[in-house]
Amino acid sequence: MDERKGKYTTVSIPVTLYNRIKKLIEGTGFTSVSQYVTYVLREIVAAHEEARYEEPFTQEDKERILERLRRLGYL
Amino acid sequence: MVSKPHGGRLVDRVARGRRRELLLDEAKELPRLEVGFDRAVDLEDIAHGVYSPLEGFMVQEDYLHVLYDMRLSTDHPWTIPIVLDADPEELGDVREGDDLALTHRGRVLAVMRVEEIYGWDKREYARMVYKTTDPKHPGVAKIYGMKELLVGGPIDLVDELPNPLERYTLWPAETRVLFRERGWRRIVGFQTRNVPHLGHEYVQKAALTFVDGLFINPLVGWKKPGDYRDEVILAAYEALVKHYYPRNVVVLAALRMNMRYAGPREAIHHAIVRKNFGCTHFIVGRDHAGVGDYYGPYEAWEIFQEFPDLGITPLFIREAFYCRKCGGMVNEKVCPHGDEHRVRISGTKLREMLRRGEKPPKTMMRPEVAEAVMSFDNPFVEA
Ligand SMILES: [Zn+2]
Repeated sequence: MDERKGKYTTVSIPVTLYNRIKKLIEGTGFTSVSQYVTYVLREIVAAHEEARYEEPFTQEDKERILERLRRLGYL
Repeated sequence: MVSKPHGGRLVDRVARGRRRELLLDEAKELPRLEVGFDRAVDLEDIAHGVYSPLEGFMVQEDYLHVLYDMRLSTDHPWTIPIVLDADPEELGDVREGDDLALTHRGRVLAVMRVEEIYGWDKREYARMVYKTTDPKHPGVAKIYGMKELLVGGPIDLVDELPNPLERYTLWPAETRVLFRERGWRRIVGFQTRNVPHLGHEYVQKAALTFVDGLFINPLVGWKKPGDYRDEVILAAYEALVKHYYPRNVVVLAALRMNMRYAGPREAIHHAIVRKNFGCTHFIVGRDHAGVGDYYGPYEAWEIFQEFPDLGITPLFIREAFYCRKCGGMVNEKVCPHGDEHRVRISGTKLREMLRRGEKPPKTMMRPEVAEAVMSFDNPFVEA
């Protein structure tokens, strides 16, 4: 069972930050500092990834799409 | 701004032009695997980017991550395994690294690069995805009926299934362009399998108040006896939109996609799919995609807490009903009156009335919508 679960690795954070988080999550739904750090990182990483995105359409793709949208009456 | 595709990349595995011809040519020489309608629908959805960032059926690493972590091996949220099943004898001497032609009713639909062939534990799948191993659960029953091996790898679509609703079908690349053309920045997606009643309209309009556009996206293509026929749902929505929504705030388009009845996990799946269509928000119903009493009424809401990186904002809007005292559509959150003043709208009851040719009261369904439904000789799927 265990080896099928997600694999983990170690990241270092300052002990002071660790203790601060530990205090922060007392009595919340988070059961460990690692769980909290993972949650927060995912939130931030996703936001950073979003900022980098550009639509992959070529002008030709776009023309083809616009033509179909007009034909179907969506535009 | 129109939402970014899930995983940062809108997938396009539809082979066109010369490339398509080459693949069709290659396919003549390839070993074939015949797939059923459900898998053919998955193929289309993968190829058109509905399941971005998936480029094919899952390999084992992704499958296991999805099962146990609700994430792909790239860490992006994903809750429903998208897998292709086969029996060992059907695969013959197909090996990892080979190309395989996937056919439906004998016609080549796609070419697949076989990356991995692996075994799976269906009970474990059911336990993790459906939270039950009960074969009476329709999703679980489907899993138990699948074949013994899974085949993972990217696909290229070379042909489409016949689509009776072609003129209502939009794919993610198209809606993304459309939303931009309309100047929408915030778009809310609505998932449905039903003819709209006043409760649906209330929920949609409550959401629409805060955004620029509403994307109504009925799931079609796989009905069971007694369900509304697909064309009836679309006609009913057309009537509703025409008579009760301002111009240019709604896009209505059908999506042929498998329904899995996986409750909370499927709510996440539906949200991810609508994110790929460009939605920034998604309406999650109470008991979304649930069946029987396998899931708690709010489980489909609670699960969203586990995904801070989903990239689409869920809107949890309570079920609406008509209150005689309030004199309009309301929900638990805004109406203080007792049950004796409330008219609950039951989908089942509405279906029965329409079946008898009876027009439902205006407090349940718009007359124009009822008329649209009743204009069909038989609005329901036959047994
Ligand atoms: Zn009231």
